[in-house]
Amino acid sequence: MATGDGPTPLERFINGILPENPTYRQILGICPTLAVSNSMESAMTMAAAVAFVLLGSNVVVSLIRGLLRPHLRILVFTLTIAAFVTIADRFLAAYMYEMSKKLGPYVPLIIVNCIIIARCEVCAAKQSVLAASADAIGQSLGFALGLASIATIREVLGFGTWFGLPVFSHSWWPAWVVMILPPGAFITLGLLMGAANWIGAAWAKRASA
Amino acid sequence: MSHLGALVLIAVNTALINNMVFHFFVGNCPFIGVSRRVDTAFGMGAAVTFVTAVAAMLSWMCTYFILAPGAPLTNWVWHKINPASAAVVDLSILNYVVYIFLIAAAVQLVEMYVRKFFPALYKAFGVYLPLITTNCVILFVCLEIMKHVSGASGPMYWGLDKALVYAIFAGMGFLIAIIVMAGIRQELDHCDVPKPLRGAGITMIIAGILALAFMGFMGVDKSLESLFGG
Repeated sequence: MATGDGPTPLERFINGILPENPTYRQILGICPTLAVSNSMESAMTMAAAVAFVLLGSNVVVSLIRGLLRPHLRILVFTLTIAAFVTIADRFLAAYMYEMSKKLGPYVPLIIVNCIIIARCEVCAAKQSVLAASADAIGQSLGFALGLASIATIREVLGFGTWFGLPVFSHSWWPAWVVMILPPGAFITLGLLMGAANWIGAAWAKRASA
Repeated sequence: MSHLGALVLIAVNTALINNMVFHFFVGNCPFIGVSRRVDTAFGMGAAVTFVTAVAAMLSWMCTYFILAPGAPLTNWVWHKINPASAAVVDLSILNYVVYIFLIAAAVQLVEMYVRKFFPALYKAFGVYLPLITTNCVILFVCLEIMKHVSGASGPMYWGLDKALVYAIFAGMGFLIAIIVMAGIRQELDHCDVPKPLRGAGITMIIAGILALAFMGFMGVDKSLESLFGG
């Protein structure tokens, strides 16, 4: 298959960051986005793990795309992803033990993260390795951006810190514990989605005017 | 604590206190995607509960007999081939690959079985069945069972009964969450929601409020424990 019958690698890369942002536009991979976004550190570790798995599986799927059969496609995708997730999980357990404990089951849960399966299906199974890796990098950046925006709000309001650095002093800032707890995650993401739609609509209006 | 008490405690803990959706955030994709109407939400929730139970049973057996460090079946095979070896065989590196394979197999199995024997049921939740291969609730349950089978001892160790109770009530927790959400969203159709928040945005905010409500169950496990004489 030629690269010509789809977006070019550069388009794939740029699309992933904002126009097709996984969190805000495609609403994919919400589980890890909510679960690990209570501090920047864990959010960025998660984003790195997802980037590694996404790049690896996109490249492998793109390489074997000629051999895929429609009814076994999804199974091949998930098994490829599971192999890469095992590598990422063992790596985290060996070199970043504390973080691996903190992320807990959410690292293995990358296997069923819809972003990766969706990208394998939409891009890697149809396009060349170059386009697939550009797509993986763009989507990972978009995912990292989505995670960072939520984690920043939750960590600053909940702990008064950012990446562990103090932002709000505890002498006057009553840490909003609810932002660290599950409800804070849902409400922050809901409001941010609203904001993203609002800004997107305003841009579209300006572009057409 | 009595055995029955332990089972009840696991059930309440999983379905209400640490609800899959509102506490562990798993199963959010169908929770947002398929919660527009109560009947489809019920179909999805029931399908997930069913598959979770089947997959949990398979994964408990695989973990106990094959994957866990020193699992009987693997150990026996290894020592049959290598009589001189004294090593404890550990296949736990294969856990994730095996679980995802088991889940895909369980989904296929359930789909074929339901199509053959319950055509009406198949019509009701047929479309959702292939989708739930990638439902995180099921993998999460398998991982939790893995944690309690390989390397766990004493009360932390789960037999097949505890694993099954855990799986069924994890599915129930998801069912409760998705039905409550669908009920609210049906009423929401008559409301004037600000345009940018329509769809996923308002759903997330409602989920946040529901999560706050479910936090009210915290501490119920302590009272239950004292009730059962823990």
